[in-house]
Amino acid sequence: MKINTRKVLSYAFTYVVWIIVTIVTILPVYWMFVISARSRVELFNAPNLIISSFYTQNYTNVIYDRTFQSYMMNSVIVSTGNAVLVTALALLATYALSRYDLVGKDNIFFTTLTQRMAPPAAFLLPLFLLYTQVFAFGEGRARWDLYDTQIGLILLYCVFNLPFAIWLLKGIIDGIPVELDEAAYVDGATTSMVIRRIILPLAAPGLAVTLILSWVFAWNEYLLAATLTNFNARTITTGLAEFVTVTGTNWGEMAAVAMLTLVPSLIVVAFAQRYLVAGLTFGAVKN
Amino acid sequence: MRRTRTGWLLLAPSMIILFVVGIVPFIYVLYVGFFDWNLFSASREMTFNGVNNYRQLVFDPLFLDAIWVTIRFTFFAVVSQLIIGFFLAQLLLRDFPGKSFFRTIHTVPLMIAPIAIGAIWRLLTIPGFGPIPYLLDRWFDFEFNIGNNATQAFLAIVIMDIWHWTPFVTLTMLAGLSALPAEPREAAQVDGANSWQIFRFITLPQMQPVVLTVLFIRIMDGLRTVDEINMLTNGGGPGTSTRTIGIHIFRVVFPQTDYGYGSAMSLLTLYLTIVACWFLFVSLTAVRKR
Repeated sequence: MKINTRKVLSYAFTYVVWIIVTIVTILPVYWMFVISARSRVELFNAPNLIISSFYTQNYTNVIYDRTFQSYMMNSVIVSTGNAVLVTALALLATYALSRYDLVGKDNIFFTTLTQRMAPPAAFLLPLFLLYTQVFAFGEGRARWDLYDTQIGLILLYCVFNLPFAIWLLKGIIDGIPVELDEAAYVDGATTSMVIRRIILPLAAPGLAVTLILSWVFAWNEYLLAATLTNFNARTITTGLAEFVTVTGTNWGEMAAVAMLTLVPSLIVVAFAQRYLVAGLTFGAVKN
Repeated sequence: MRRTRTGWLLLAPSMIILFVVGIVPFIYVLYVGFFDWNLFSASREMTFNGVNNYRQLVFDPLFLDAIWVTIRFTFFAVVSQLIIGFFLAQLLLRDFPGKSFFRTIHTVPLMIAPIAIGAIWRLLTIPGFGPIPYLLDRWFDFEFNIGNNATQAFLAIVIMDIWHWTPFVTLTMLAGLSALPAEPREAAQVDGANSWQIFRFITLPQMQPVVLTVLFIRIMDGLRTVDEINMLTNGGGPGTSTRTIGIHIFRVVFPQTDYGYGSAMSLLTLYLTIVACWFLFVSLTAVRKR
């Protein structure tokens, strides 16, 4: 009898804690959704959680805005371009690191981790100078540089995403038996055939996770996009920050943009949840 | 021999990109750091001034203050996350109906853009219509305003970071805990150990590698935090109370277009962070081996 009461109590405790945690997690996000559904006038009433009338203009104003459309487009292009590039390069690099006897390959592997540890703020000025002073050709109107271009952003996100992808994929490629490659080589296959026909299908789930997580990291990035773009290549996260101005912020529209920024993240949580732990710890902890 | 060459060819594209975007800028900045250079000043020339930039930097109160804020922020946030995350992971160990639902919801903050997290917490704490100041005022008659109270602003950024990153600790700890062998625990139970003793003398030592990995990753990311704090406190306000080193570079140094000085600061920040990380990494692996 005593054991039963203890068991019931401990289950009850678990539920109480987790219900509180869930409320604490959801409520802030829900509150932003509430704000995104209110007009300016409604905002300054006492806070309440019920959405009585949905003020859709916050969303429609933003979605039909040309500037916002171009920000959104840039974000999609930059994240997709970066994710595809990073995954493809990381596949080749990890295959090399895993299967070839390269001098100093452990050092290369650890150096990439150092790059991932570096604070992005330290990259602001160096990359700004690189993009405006070093990679700049021509003068006046014909001047071309990497500053404020989508390709510039795609390249610079590699600094953080490529080491991540290499670390994540290393464990997966190491897990594919070498005997499979060797058998194929004996049968006369070339390296490119081995990678395409053997490694690619077997590593597909890992590649998908790498692709998705790199995509989200690039989508979420703000700091570098804010300093290395001006107008043409601005992304949605910088657009979100632009809403906060000295003269007065349209909180409703800002919340609407933030909600739109959230959507891809929520989809990812739904699909890639199982791999998140391995992804976020560079494969150091598996579940 | 032929195979080695193919290996280097496969590795080359990644290495070239990492070198060009990750290392070349710092070589360039190492050079610029020895000059006095401002593109928007009267003379746009670079003038050599030796180590003056670095000498100025070591005594720059704003720079030192920003480093101190970063360290304090990382310390309080990471310690709280470890404790809360470990506790929540313990509660997720056994099966109960609804477990995967709770777990999925708990994961949501991890994937949200940091800038959006800043926006969410700004909306919660903004004086006027934010529910937190409103309720504190109504229930406890307590004035909460992160716009003019430095302590409250600091507290707000720490709480925001706990909200954002505790799920990461929970999930990794849970993965670690579920992978532990059950025998030592069962043996101790048979010998009559109570649950605190089992936790203290069996689970905790077994979990040490996972705890250290999580600690390392969290500290490394804590030191880099910029976006959400910048959004929540509008660039590190009030005053400099929440201005981390990242925000200082982003909001103060970068717009000043003093490239020589900014270069020196970027380089020193990078250097300090990497030294701190490697020091941490080495001491953590030393603890693990013991």
